[in-house]
Amino acid sequence: MDHDRREALRRGGAVSLLTLVAAAGWLPRGAAAETWNKDAFATHSLDETIKALGGGAPVPSQDIVFFSTPDIAENGAVVPIGITSNVPKTEAVAILVEKNPNMLAAVFDVPAGTEPSLSTRIKMAQTSHVYALVKADGKYYVNSKEIKVTLGGCGG
Amino acid sequence: MADPMKIRANAVGDSTEVKVLMSHEMETGQRKDAQGKVIPAWFIQNVHVTHNDKVVLAAQWGTAVSKNPFMSFKFKGGAKGDKVKITWVDNHNDTRTDEATIA
Amino acid sequence: MPRTIRRIVAGIAAAAVFGGVVATALADSTADEIAKYRDALQDGNPAELWEARGEDMWKTPRGPKHVSFASCDLGLGAGVVKGAYAQLPRYFADAGRVMDLETRLLWCMTEQQGYTRADATKNVFGNGSAKRSDFEALAAYVTSQSQGVKMNVPLDEPHVHEMYALGEKMFFYRGGTHDFACATCHGEDGKRIRLQDLPNLTKVEGAQKAYTTWPAYRVSQGELRTFQWRLNDCFRQQRFPELVFGSDASIALTAYLAGRANGAEFQGPAIKR
Repeated sequence: MDHDRREALRRGGAVSLLTLVAAAGWLPRGAAAETWNKDAFATHSLDETIKALGGGAPVPSQDIVFFSTPDIAENGAVVPIGITSNVPKTEAVAILVEKNPNMLAAVFDVPAGTEPSLSTRIKMAQTSHVYALVKADGKYYVNSKEIKVTLGGCGG
Repeated sequence: MADPMKIRANAVGDSTEVKVLMSHEMETGQRKDAQGKVIPAWFIQNVHVTHNDKVVLAAQWGTAVSKNPFMSFKFKGGAKGDKVKITWVDNHNDTRTDEATIA
Repeated sequence: MPRTIRRIVAGIAAAAVFGGVVATALADSTADEIAKYRDALQDGNPAELWEARGEDMWKTPRGPKHVSFASCDLGLGAGVVKGAYAQLPRYFADAGRVMDLETRLLWCMTEQQGYTRADATKNVFGNGSAKRSDFEALAAYVTSQSQGVKMNVPLDEPHVHEMYALGEKMFFYRGGTHDFACATCHGEDGKRIRLQDLPNLTKVEGAQKAYTTWPAYRVSQGELRTFQWRLNDCFRQQRFPELVFGSDASIALTAYLAGRANGAEFQGPAIKR
């Protein structure tokens, strides 16, 4: 792909992402072309992360549900995580891993019309709590689950 | 140019389910090579999915997303024959866009 | 002491004979959770990325002679891929040898596409996007075309039968610094290493389940691994000398294990830890 087209594609993509992310308040203030929240991806605690995302203290909520998320992961390199948020007006969902070198794994902006239910696979350095953080109607909610990480043996 | 993604978009009731597999090393920057040198971080930072030019999902990823990332989600609307477009951009500013038709 | 730990301790004590490596089967709840983990992985298999590359490679002219794999006969006719893996290994008269998939692909690469053996086998097992293996991509594609097909290795054919018998002998042969045989880990029910249940390959169900799920995307490697790789890695773990890629030794063991899986539906490419 030639440089100009790549730039246009990136900027084009960046503008829509930017608008969405800025509207959801997940961008650091004053950010212009920067579409990746570097600070949020360098934090080591739940509170630090939420602060970097521009939010306040999260309320624990059982309306955030894990699905297709096992209790034991045979290998920490690939841990399936599925999150459904039944909190009304969910705008965004984030996945945090307590004992990872950096807590924040991913942030998903959920526009109106998209179900606040998604799944992906993350890396876990060791047995740890995984947090599902939800931003809904400007407020923050959280639920967590412990996932044991093992190293398999020699076969399989 | 990066490898193409594998995208599956299926109409489920009045929604569309999207499943995507991306080809990417997602190097964390924590690993060392055989000589003890740190292998630099190389990972997808932004993903967005559009349907008829409307963004239906946008994501920011860190190095903790698994290698050869997989993602699955649903959005309301979308008819058989419509196109779903997915773009990723990584920290080298490399990018990839692929399209799939809703089945 | 929790039941799980008690079992593990008992297992280790019982396994002291084998040097404390092999233990008894996992506690049920742990096994269940691991089964859930494996289930959750099935949804999106990165092996499909290798399949796509392999299909491209199969259809594109390549090598000094600029020939595609359309002229490569895997046993069912030139270029025929559907169902081919399920009847390998088999005897190929043009090569005068019993060959498994990778050996046959190598033969097509050297005899038809004009590669030297050295060039063709530069990266047989991939390592990241910078060091990819053509064999792994091709194997992913070819084996995907045998999904759902019942294994039918031609064991009655004399050359294959000979390899099968040799493979069986090798399976039970103890050697190396630890006096291991394949049977040491894979010859009994209910064995495990750490948290990995070991299939009993001397039983048909065990052999079927094991053989029909390779190649597989190995999550811990982030790579698509083939049966040649699996055997190579077993040799490494047994502290045996290296199993040479495409050697008669590797084909004999493959013939034995594939033959014992006859009748079972091939399920690969799979996804494993």
